[in-house]
Amino acid sequence: MSLQIISIILGSLTLAAALMVVLSKHPVRSVIYLVITFFLITSMYIMMNAQFLAIVNMIVYAGAIMVLFLYVLMLLNLNKDIEPLASKSAQLAAFIAGGSLFLVLITALKDTLVLGQSFRENNSVIGNVKELGNLLFSKYVVAFELTSILFIAAMVGAILLAKRENQIIE
Amino acid sequence: MTRKNMIVLLMCIELMLNAVNLMLVTFSTYYNNGDAQIFVFFTMVVAAAEATVGLSIIIMAYRNLKSIDIDMFNKLKN
Repeated sequence: MSLQIISIILGSLTLAAALMVVLSKHPVRSVIYLVITFFLITSMYIMMNAQFLAIVNMIVYAGAIMVLFLYVLMLLNLNKDIEPLASKSAQLAAFIAGGSLFLVLITALKDTLVLGQSFRENNSVIGNVKELGNLLFSKYVVAFELTSILFIAAMVGAILLAKRENQIIE
Repeated sequence: MTRKNMIVLLMCIELMLNAVNLMLVTFSTYYNNGDAQIFVFFTMVVAAAEATVGLSIIIMAYRNLKSIDIDMFNKLKN
């Protein structure tokens, strides 16, 4: 089945890119790998027929937020990227915590793998703009309006935080 | 090896939010239900707001401390 092969390739590529975000030394490289991860996740959304979310993910995440991150990195102009190693006890604690989380996830996912055929050739229309728009403006219209208040609060907060101490904005 | 850079920390938070989003979309496709995709949409909205406020906090911290090392933020500890 070719769809499953494509999904396996996409999944491993996404995991590799996400690992490179964490492992690469320089922050600019992390941003570039994060953009690659978002593009791969967008392709997964397209494979699951979630067209609206694929477009929004591409425009909002890979477009807007990542440009914001790169812009702040350029603004701060960090030259030194020397990172000291963590202490032995912290490394041991992180290893034990991560290992136990991995074990718990493996045991939880062991039985569900029988069902796993999420990448079928589906012709469902729930991911379309029309269906999601109907849902968004009927059932979730209050939450949608509340997000505009959240955005205004975030905008005012960002401007107030980032301006200088006694700078007057006209 | 740990990350001390605050921008990398914010990027890792974005990565975790994307993992949750991907899981929600998968379940939404699996159960043929559109509500989870609306939830993912709201998660993206909140992530955008969080990134703006977080980055402005980083800029303010860089102005005051001339560093974005996360270990510099322990003034409230004592």
